[in-house]
Parts: sequence; structure tokens; C-alpha cells
Amino acid sequence: MADYTPPTQSKFGQIIDVIVLLVLAIGALYLPLWLNLAGSSQTSNVSENPTWEGLGQNATMIEKWNQLGYAEAADAAELITARFDYSFSILSLLVMIVVVVGYYALILRFSEKEYGDVIAEKFGKK
Amino acid sequence: MSDTDITSKDMDGMGPGGTKVGLARVLGPAHIWGLGVGIVLVGEYMGWNFAVGKGGAYAALLACWFAGILYSCVAMIDSEVTSTVAAAGGQYTQAKHIVGPLMAFNVGLYLVFAYTMLEAANAITFGFLIDTVAGMTGHEGLDQRPFIVLAIMFLAWLNYRGVLATLTFSLIITAVAFSAIIILFLSTAVFMGDSPLRHAQLMTDLPYGWLGILAAMHFGLWYYLGIEGTCQAAEEVRSPARSLPFGTLAGIMTLLIAATLTWYVCVGLMPWEYLGQAGVPLFDAARLSGSMTLMILLGIGTMFATLASANGCINDASRAWFAMGRDHYLPEWFGAVHPKFRTPYRSIIFLIPIALIFALGAPLDQVITFSILSGLLGYTFMPLNVILFRRKWPLDTIKRGYEHPFHPIPAILLLCLCGVTFFAVFLGYGSQLVAMISFYIIVSLWFHFWRYRFVRRAAQFTMPWPRPRGY
Repeated sequence: MADYTPPTQSKFGQIIDVIVLLVLAIGALYLPLWLNLAGSSQTSNVSENPTWEGLGQNATMIEKWNQLGYAEAADAAELITARFDYSFSILSLLVMIVVVVGYYALILRFSEKEYGDVIAEKFGKK
Repeated sequence: MSDTDITSKDMDGMGPGGTKVGLARVLGPAHIWGLGVGIVLVGEYMGWNFAVGKGGAYAALLACWFAGILYSCVAMIDSEVTSTVAAAGGQYTQAKHIVGPLMAFNVGLYLVFAYTMLEAANAITFGFLIDTVAGMTGHEGLDQRPFIVLAIMFLAWLNYRGVLATLTFSLIITAVAFSAIIILFLSTAVFMGDSPLRHAQLMTDLPYGWLGILAAMHFGLWYYLGIEGTCQAAEEVRSPARSLPFGTLAGIMTLLIAATLTWYVCVGLMPWEYLGQAGVPLFDAARLSGSMTLMILLGIGTMFATLASANGCINDASRAWFAMGRDHYLPEWFGAVHPKFRTPYRSIIFLIPIALIFALGAPLDQVITFSILSGLLGYTFMPLNVILFRRKWPLDTIKRGYEHPFHPIPAILLLCLCGVTFFAVFLGYGSQLVAMISFYIIVSLWFHFWRYRFVRRAAQFTMPWPRPRGY
């Protein structure tokens, strides 16, 4: 088998390739932010006129909040009541599993084919 | 007996790109320790505490230890494989020789994005710290952006000028930052007559139950994320077979100690609700200790930790990008070495604006999540990598600088812990997970059907290894 000779890529083509990669990367990372899909589903539930006791804080905790610059319970209430929502649907979990496993299956399958060509050219056909 | 010594000192690491000048072999084991711990130690200064927010204080400790097991597996596996692959690119180069080109392309991108996002997170924290200190001294409303830009530009310049000075700088400031954690622990837990630690009063039950422990694994990775970056220096180390395993394994032990001490001090000084959302928790801990000396020390420690980490990230991301350019996985223009400083200078410069885009435009927890996700995808690759490595080149075929024990137990354990961490990320950050993997699927198709045509086939295989079994 003759060795594979890759085509020469023009400078313009090289620039286009880098731009494509960058647009995809920045898009993938920023898209969830732009669509407000990113991040924690953390929500706060602050009652009217919160008190330290009502927020479940003991004397030591209150002292620490004060030292941290939170003089009143109302100042710290949003931080104290912030909670993640860990509820999820089985369907979304299954989608995630399929996406992750499918991704690795895809790259392992394509890699195996490419790897066979590399070894055949490097060491010769058996 | 092995008949091929791949740890030969004669190998110069020159790649198929045919660069006229290679990277300089000037580093020792201490630099490797400094690189690995330097990248990661910032994780004790910020970011790990989001695990407290996701599951509570005890959940963060369990996450710290489970993540410690995960990274011990990573360090053992990586030490074996990298002690035989003495070339820039680290896991990318491993994947290229062991799994195949498309896997290597993906691994290269994991490395670049994990480190570039980590660099951005460091710069954000650096700016936040400057702002906090300015606020404490009566200068409210400081613009953080010039400090973020200056930090990244200074470190990129340092990296451009040479690897020895860069990693010596990292080694020194990492040692100072690590010492600061030890001093904080000793001062608050041992030496202060009336210890300010109040564990009994501040510790609470698990706010989310057992599900919170799983969820905390997400940010539990932040305690150690980046230790695998030691492999990137393989082509610049004088004795890779000895230095890389030593530096990496010493690094993970250092981090296990630092992570546990950090957790102990912080949860004893502040309520978990605050800690779970704090920007600079160790600096806050020093403030709450009531000691001005500790506050100054931990302020300096935080600043040094962010700089050391960003410094190491620029080093590692540029090596991975450079290695891909040298192999034509990316435009070959990136595969150049500076004729005087012998650094991958084009890759260093190119990645600066990408880091800045995220440092100046995205929130910290998002940037950290992007970094963790890329790291996690890389850790999932590692067990597959080492299983294939042992299958294709059993122990009697090539000489390793280090052989990790109990194979395949570490690989299976690592794969299971990665599965748990995927679920942890899914709890709260599922949309980023799907967006990131969709990106990798699209670029994989782009690489396989378009970009790979510009890659020479046999020239990618640069290690003097025998033919793999089964091919």
C-alpha cells in the first residue's frame, strides 16, 4: 500500500479551520449562558422581615455572619435560604446517559478505523 | 524482558512536523511538583467550597476524599503511561499512540479547554481578590478588568520567554501558597490559645441528604483538577521516566493533605451557607481568625496560588495546542518553536484572547464548570487508555519508567467515579454537560470528515515502540 500523501492546505484554509473551531467552542460554552439555560437552579426563599432565629442560625453562626459583614438577618437571608433544586426526570437522565455513551462510542469507533491505517502504514501490512 | 527502551535519554521529542529547534530539556522533578501542585493548589483557595454549597460541609469532605481516590487513580495511571511517552502534549500524545487520531484530537481539546478555562477562573479570582482588598482599605467599586488583563498578559510573557524561568517562578510561589495553608491550620488549630475554630456550633446535618454527597462530587474535582498537567512537561524534563512519576505522585499527596486541612479550617470558621458561595474562602477564614498576620499571609497565598495556577495553565494549554499543530491536527503554523527561547510561542500568544473572553465575560461558577467538564471527559478517557495500553503493549514488550499496581482495579474504579461525577454535574448543570458534549460530537465529525485529510498517517506515530499486539 502506498503511503498516504496529504494535500497542502492554503493559508486561507488554515485560518478558516481555526475560525470554525473557535466559533464552535465559544458557541458551545456561551450558548447555555445566552439562552439562560446555564448554571445552577439555585433559588432563594426569603420571608418578610427575616430573623436570625427564623433562619436557623445559632449564636456562633450569628457572630460569624456579623464578622463577615452581615449585620442584619435580612442582609444574609438570601445566602442562607439559597438551595439547589435537584429534582430531575428519568427521561432527561436517560438522554444524558445516551449522549455521553454515544459520544465515546462514536470517537472510539472512528479512532479505531484511523488507527488501523496509521499502524498499517507505520509497520507495514501483516 | 522488554526489548525496547522508550525512556532513552537520547530521544529528543522532535515531532513529525520537522521543527528545526526542539523544546529545551531543562526541568527537574521539583519543577514537575511545582507545575502539578501549582496548577491545582488554587483549588484549595477558591472553587472547592462550591461543593459545600451543593451538599453541605460533610458532603464536601466526602467529595474531597472520593475525588482524592479518583485523582490517585489518575496519577497512577498517568504516571505509567507518561513515563513511556516523553513528548509534549501529555495525554494527547498518549491517545495518539494508543487509541487513535480522533480520540487524540478530542483529548487535545479537553486539555486546552480545561486549562484555558482554569486560567480564566484564576484571573477572575485574582481580580476579585484585588477588589476585596481595595474595598477593605476604603476603595470601593474598583474596576477588576485591568488587573485580570494584566495578570494574563504578564504570565503569557513569562511563558513566552522560557520554560525554566516560568516553572521556577511557579515552584517558588506555589511553595509560599502551600506554606500559607499549613501555617493557617497550625495557627488556628494548634498554636492559638483560644482556638477560633467552632466545628461543634457551625456543622449541620446534610441539607440535601445523601443526594447532596453525590452532587458535591461535581466541585469535589476542583480540589485536584489539573494535577494530570505534569505530563505536558514530558518533552522539557531532563529525565522523564524518573521525574514525571515522582513529581506527579508527590503532587497528589501534597494536595490530599492541603485539601483536608483547608476543609477543616474553613468549616470551623464560617457557616456553610456562606462558605458554599464564597469567592475566596481561605482568605475569609484568615479574616475570621482575627489575626492580621494570617490575613495578609492568606491574601498573598491566594494571589500566588491564582498566579501559579494561571501560569501552569498557560504552559500546559499551549503545549497541547502546539503538539496538535505539529501533527497537523490543527494548522501547522501553531507547531513552531521560538528559535531563541525554545517555547511554543505562537500557541502561547493565540490562547491569550480566548482566556480573556471567558475571564471578562462569564461568571466564575460557569467557567469552573466548563473546566471541570473538559477535565472529566479526559479522566473518562484514561481508564480506556491504560487498558488498551496494557493490551497492546504488555509489560514484557516495552520498558516503563513506572508500573502502576493492581491493574485493572484503578482503571475500573476511575471509570466508576467518573460515572458518579457525570451524574453530579447533571444535578444542577445538565444543560452545560449536554452543550459541551454536543460541541465535542460536532468537532469530532468535523475532524474525521474534513481535518484529518491534512494529517500524515504513519508520521503521527513518533515513539520507538514495537508493533502493537492485535494489529
